[in-house]
Amino acid sequence: MKWDWSAVSGFMPDLWAGLLVTLQILVLGSLISFALGLVWALLMRVPSRWVTWPVGAVTEFVRNTPLLVQLFFLFYVLPEWGVTFSALTTGVFAIGLHYSTYTMQVYRAGIEAVPVGQWEAATALNLPLRRTWIAVILPQAVRRVVPALGNYVISMLKDTPLVMAITVLEMLGRARLYSQEHFQFTEPLTVIGVAFIVISYLASLALRALERRLAH
Amino acid sequence: MPTDTLPNPGTDPEKTPAGSTGELIRLEQVTKRFGSNTVLDHLDFSVDAGKHVTLIGPSGSGKTTILRLLMTLLKPDEGTITVDGQQLFPASDKQVREVRKKIGMVFQQFNLFPNMTVLRNITEAPVTVLGLSKDEAVERAKGLLDMVGLADKCDAHPAQLSGGQQQRVAIARALAMRPQVLLLDEVTSALDPELVAGVLDVLRDIARSTDITMLCVTHEMNFARDISDQVLMFDSGRIIESGPPEKIFSDPELDRTREFLSAVL
Repeated sequence: MKWDWSAVSGFMPDLWAGLLVTLQILVLGSLISFALGLVWALLMRVPSRWVTWPVGAVTEFVRNTPLLVQLFFLFYVLPEWGVTFSALTTGVFAIGLHYSTYTMQVYRAGIEAVPVGQWEAATALNLPLRRTWIAVILPQAVRRVVPALGNYVISMLKDTPLVMAITVLEMLGRARLYSQEHFQFTEPLTVIGVAFIVISYLASLALRALERRLAH
Repeated sequence: MPTDTLPNPGTDPEKTPAGSTGELIRLEQVTKRFGSNTVLDHLDFSVDAGKHVTLIGPSGSGKTTILRLLMTLLKPDEGTITVDGQQLFPASDKQVREVRKKIGMVFQQFNLFPNMTVLRNITEAPVTVLGLSKDEAVERAKGLLDMVGLADKCDAHPAQLSGGQQQRVAIARALAMRPQVLLLDEVTSALDPELVAGVLDVLRDIARSTDITMLCVTHEMNFARDISDQVLMFDSGRIIESGPPEKIFSDPELDRTREFLSAVL
């Protein structure tokens, strides 16, 4: 086996195209999972079983079934019901939804870790419930959970190649295509491996910076 | 102390004129249980407007529970609670929110909001609950910070302050709502000994210069003697003895009170 630098440079345009898709999935998927996870976590605190039971059931189901199955389901089954999205949109949504069932647990722990004295002080000041959440509880809860959310971003990055199964060409898809066309597997696969490491390193740096900014 | 920080501006003067002896707080037959443990046992007592009442007694005797019931952090199992003629229990949520405006509380563990600056800790509720403009709230907060000797700490976060400073901010935060009643729950118990005096001085100042009604749970007996109009001795969920501080501290009727006092003094 010989390392061929010309194969590396030949793969570059495809790498950029794939990288763009990977980053789109990662960023949008993260945002969806952060937002949706918070919604689930808050709904689970509504003091009514009519809310917590369905939310609990749906999120348990999503968390305990494989992401790959969910991707296939959303991509092949939804159109039969007349709901059609692009492959990329479907991939982003599936990953965001899947990971929201993990981030909801992170938020739950963060919310429960806010000392009860904070709730009591808010009551003593007569703050409305909504204001207590927005101004007092959530800022403290979210600050606590940024490191844990960061771990799921890295984990999500490593799951992005799964969208290949629904025809989205991210980095791995591009590498596979290039390899099959040029019969050179080593270079493209090595290059995307390095690219994954670089992205996760940069993401962890960004999250650490965010953590520092949120510290008080 | 600036006049701006005087409490009770919104109160009907006919109802609770300054220095009046009108009844402000009334508990009737209040019982509170935690599981099989009865913390308050058919308790009756009332506090007149402007009075300073100190609750003493061994831990677990129900003193703090009374403050927490008045602040609506707990609900009694039986009985009624009335504040300024309005029922606090039983009552609708809306009514509770209304009555709660009359009451402020300072906690043993300060409970400042760590995500906010000192200034915002104090202005948050006046703006969102009382509807003050931001400028009015800031002006009020600065007056109060001046009173508690922390005018230079506006922009600090609670974590940057000592326990004593945090507690003085917490006092300012409670007063910014201009409550008629201030509940003080062992406010110096979590402090290092050298920081206690500063907090007690602030409270003495408030007791002297305002007509705010104070209910105080404390183990600082000298402080209690200084500021109290009345001392209530608790044991096992009942008030076993009450009277002016001179009487309770120097010549209590009951052996139980004498025992307790000799243990803490």
